[in-house]
Amino acid sequence: MNLEASTQQLSYIANQASDARVNIELETEGMTLNLGPQHPATHGTLRIIVRLDGEQVISAEPVMGYMHRGYEKLSEVRTYPQVTTLVNRIDWLGSFANEVPFILAAERLMEVEAPPRAQWIRTALFELSRIANVVLFLGDMAVQLGATTPVFYAFRDREFVLNQIESVTGGRFHPNFDRIGGIKDDLPKGWIQETKDVLARIHSFCDEMQDLVVGNEIFQTRTRGIGIIPADVGLSYGLSGANIRSSGVDWDLRRDGGVGLIHDQLDWKVWTHPDGDSFARYWVRLQEVRESCKMVDQILDGIPSGPIMAKVPRIIKVPAGEAYVETENPLGIMGYYIVSKGDLVPYRVKIRSASFNNVSITPWVLKGVYVPDVISILASLYFILGDIDR
Amino acid sequence: MTVFNLAIELAYWQQTVIRSVLALVAVLLPAGTLVYLYLFKMMSFMQSRLGPMEAGPYGSLQLLAEVGKFLQKEDLYPRAADRVVFKAAPFVVLASTFLLVLVLPAGPDAWFINIDTGVFLALAVSSISVIGILMAGWGSASKYSLIGGLRAAGQLVAYELPLVLAVMGVVIQAGTLNVQEIVLAQANGEIFGWGGIGNPFLITQFLGFIIFLVAVQAELTQPPFDMPVAESEIVTGYLTEYTGMRFLLFFIGEFATAGIFSALAATFFLGGWYFPGLDPTDNLFNLLGPVVLIGKMLLVSFLIFWFRFTYPRFREDQLQQLAWKVLVPLSLLNIVATGVLKVIF
Amino acid sequence: MSSPDTTEEELVDESIEPQEELVIDEERNVLISSLEKDLGDDLVDSHVVPGVDAWIRVTQESWLETAKVLFEKNEMIFFNFLSAIDWKPSPFGREMDAAIDADSSDEVVDESEMEWGVTGGQNRFQLLARVHNPSTNIGIHLKTDLEGEYPEVETWIPVYPGANWHEREVMEMFGISFTNHPNLVNLYLPSEFEGHPLRKDFPLLSRRAKPWPGIVDVELMPGEDDDESEDTGEET
Repeated sequence: MNLEASTQQLSYIANQASDARVNIELETEGMTLNLGPQHPATHGTLRIIVRLDGEQVISAEPVMGYMHRGYEKLSEVRTYPQVTTLVNRIDWLGSFANEVPFILAAERLMEVEAPPRAQWIRTALFELSRIANVVLFLGDMAVQLGATTPVFYAFRDREFVLNQIESVTGGRFHPNFDRIGGIKDDLPKGWIQETKDVLARIHSFCDEMQDLVVGNEIFQTRTRGIGIIPADVGLSYGLSGANIRSSGVDWDLRRDGGVGLIHDQLDWKVWTHPDGDSFARYWVRLQEVRESCKMVDQILDGIPSGPIMAKVPRIIKVPAGEAYVETENPLGIMGYYIVSKGDLVPYRVKIRSASFNNVSITPWVLKGVYVPDVISILASLYFILGDIDR
Repeated sequence: MTVFNLAIELAYWQQTVIRSVLALVAVLLPAGTLVYLYLFKMMSFMQSRLGPMEAGPYGSLQLLAEVGKFLQKEDLYPRAADRVVFKAAPFVVLASTFLLVLVLPAGPDAWFINIDTGVFLALAVSSISVIGILMAGWGSASKYSLIGGLRAAGQLVAYELPLVLAVMGVVIQAGTLNVQEIVLAQANGEIFGWGGIGNPFLITQFLGFIIFLVAVQAELTQPPFDMPVAESEIVTGYLTEYTGMRFLLFFIGEFATAGIFSALAATFFLGGWYFPGLDPTDNLFNLLGPVVLIGKMLLVSFLIFWFRFTYPRFREDQLQQLAWKVLVPLSLLNIVATGVLKVIF
Repeated sequence: MSSPDTTEEELVDESIEPQEELVIDEERNVLISSLEKDLGDDLVDSHVVPGVDAWIRVTQESWLETAKVLFEKNEMIFFNFLSAIDWKPSPFGREMDAAIDADSSDEVVDESEMEWGVTGGQNRFQLLARVHNPSTNIGIHLKTDLEGEYPEVETWIPVYPGANWHEREVMEMFGISFTNHPNLVNLYLPSEFEGHPLRKDFPLLSRRAKPWPGIVDVELMPGEDDDESEDTGEET
């Protein structure tokens, strides 16, 4: 299109002009470094064009789309139960959590509510997928900073969590287990005791990370004071989840959101950190894993008996209307805006994924840092490519 | 003198051949041992996994499999690369390793060269590898390699100084630059009149030993000082474009140097080839010495690899701060203290 | 406001405890009335689902102004998302029994058949955005009708810098451009890509290459057997 071409041209000219200005000021020649799309530190195919002066970043521009699968368009030709198969693949490390807000939005439109037992099991799986997701972050952040060992511990212990998810849902990565009006199956026999053992392992994993990573002086010098995001900037960019809580914003949709999960019946705490730097983001996530373990532990003790499916029609037709439901997913706030026209398929689904907003702050936060900090800040923001590209 | 005090007299060419072969062994043996024992096995156990298990009993032949794999690979070079520089770089790095091994004595008569400026030579030739790494970084025509090469150069130059200064204390205490005589000084030394285990300089030069280890860690570009090859930032720095045989040469160079630096640390601070309780002039040491030295080398390199698997890496500027603001002043202090005490006692 | 789903939405909240409903409802009504005061005629329509959510529709000219009002006066400092909806009925068949999309792209869709959702509408494209107040935990959806086939609207970046990428996404997916946007280039799609995929008249190629299996994979509910489900399937 003409318009696009001219804007591209203009931005090109503007870039050239700004380069020329920088070069005159510093009398050095900037270098453009291409991080990605095939780069060991990007969890997929994110490409970041970094303009460097020495090792200092002048500007950073993420380039996405290498993995864009067009889920918003594809959802328009899938029935509601089929959409969960797609949205599973958005944040593939905590995939059960992706299904929950979509199902809740559809339930709100259909005016059904899942029976209590289904809600409790849903919440347990929701938190287990958070554990599986964030445990990997705890190891991965260290490996981005050069410590190879924690990531192996993370993979080792995440495996147990995945086993528990698998034994309920049948899928390690893509459970596709949530249904409108409830869940697909009940818990298998002996699952509760096994899960308790796994939670004990995760607790000891958290202690290990506390000693090995958080307590490490080099880790602290590498992360403290690096990539500080003030709360107001973070909010205006739409940062959510642990990223915004580590900037001191006491806001967690599990406590404040009040949607169809049962977090309000559990005893847990929202952790915040005042610093807003990379260290704070790591620390808050570490505490959140512990809180999730506590939550799952209470859920296991208190699961009520009863049916797991509400009465829903055989063929699901969602009444016309619009609904938006967001939940506190492992990566941050994830929401689905569903426009229904009373059909078998949604008319429009807007997927609000957490990483998309979380990463959109990178051009702001990466300005002026050093190349090694680019990696540590990106790692601490914790994105998953499927969650950006959708 | 011969390598070993054998009954038969050897001609000069025979001695040269034996020395060449032994030098090859002295480079490859520590490299292989360290890779298998520490990189494959100890690292795996520390990370709660088994490591290679398929090739040979407990994966002991894994090393051969790896070498075979590298040898089969095509020798690629980037089109824009400076070919001569690119191809020569691994040999320069390896040359530094081979020159370094020369100064190591493994027994009263088992040495490659025995010169009065041994320490000086060792520290001088260890710097040659910087040139090789810079060549690799520049010759690859890749931005990652260039950044890696420059980081390596900055780092190696910065840590050369604490390395030299840490050894200075040993030299002052022993009163000689001859490596063999440093060993003998430790073997014949006494701790407050008690000569039971000699006087390994580890005790008097403990600060020097720590500084030496830290500096060695940086010289080897191992975590926490592995910015030049930081795989999460600049892929693998100056190694990015290397494949096959040339990559293998860098790899051997890295681990052989790790072994040799550990052996140097063992020689300077742990008494080298000397084993307490025996007469250092005993002919037995020509055979026992190499074994003792390798044992001590494994002990020191265990520390090096332990740090490697545990710590995350510094940032480049933090690394320079550590070198110039902490290590250099400390080692200067160490020299002053050693000098003063040397005069007093 | 007059759309039929309003009543259905309100039915939902009756299931929620009335006590809670009253309190939150109050907050949202206060919000809407304060917006009515600040925006005046620019606020076209509003809709509140008590205890759940709120919507407003504003004029295209006041899009940026509304954001400023929300940000400064109502402390809606959290930018949630910005997107768009294409209300044009799709020219392609989306019926369950259609093996593939019926190719009726040359068929002129009667635009008067368009039906809008909550807060109504008048044009084909509607911008949809949501901002949130984290301290009171109240969010609001904004909608605005856009004129023309390739509409233009002012960018939100001066108020919410996070809108940058969202606007680029809307630009490439819907062909809506944003004035004063510093870098309005494609976000996901390659720069030479033609068309705007999320418009309803953009064909989904994968559906043309392979027929959609349709309803066959609807699974059994717990406690139901095969025969019953087949019966129900045929009925529907």
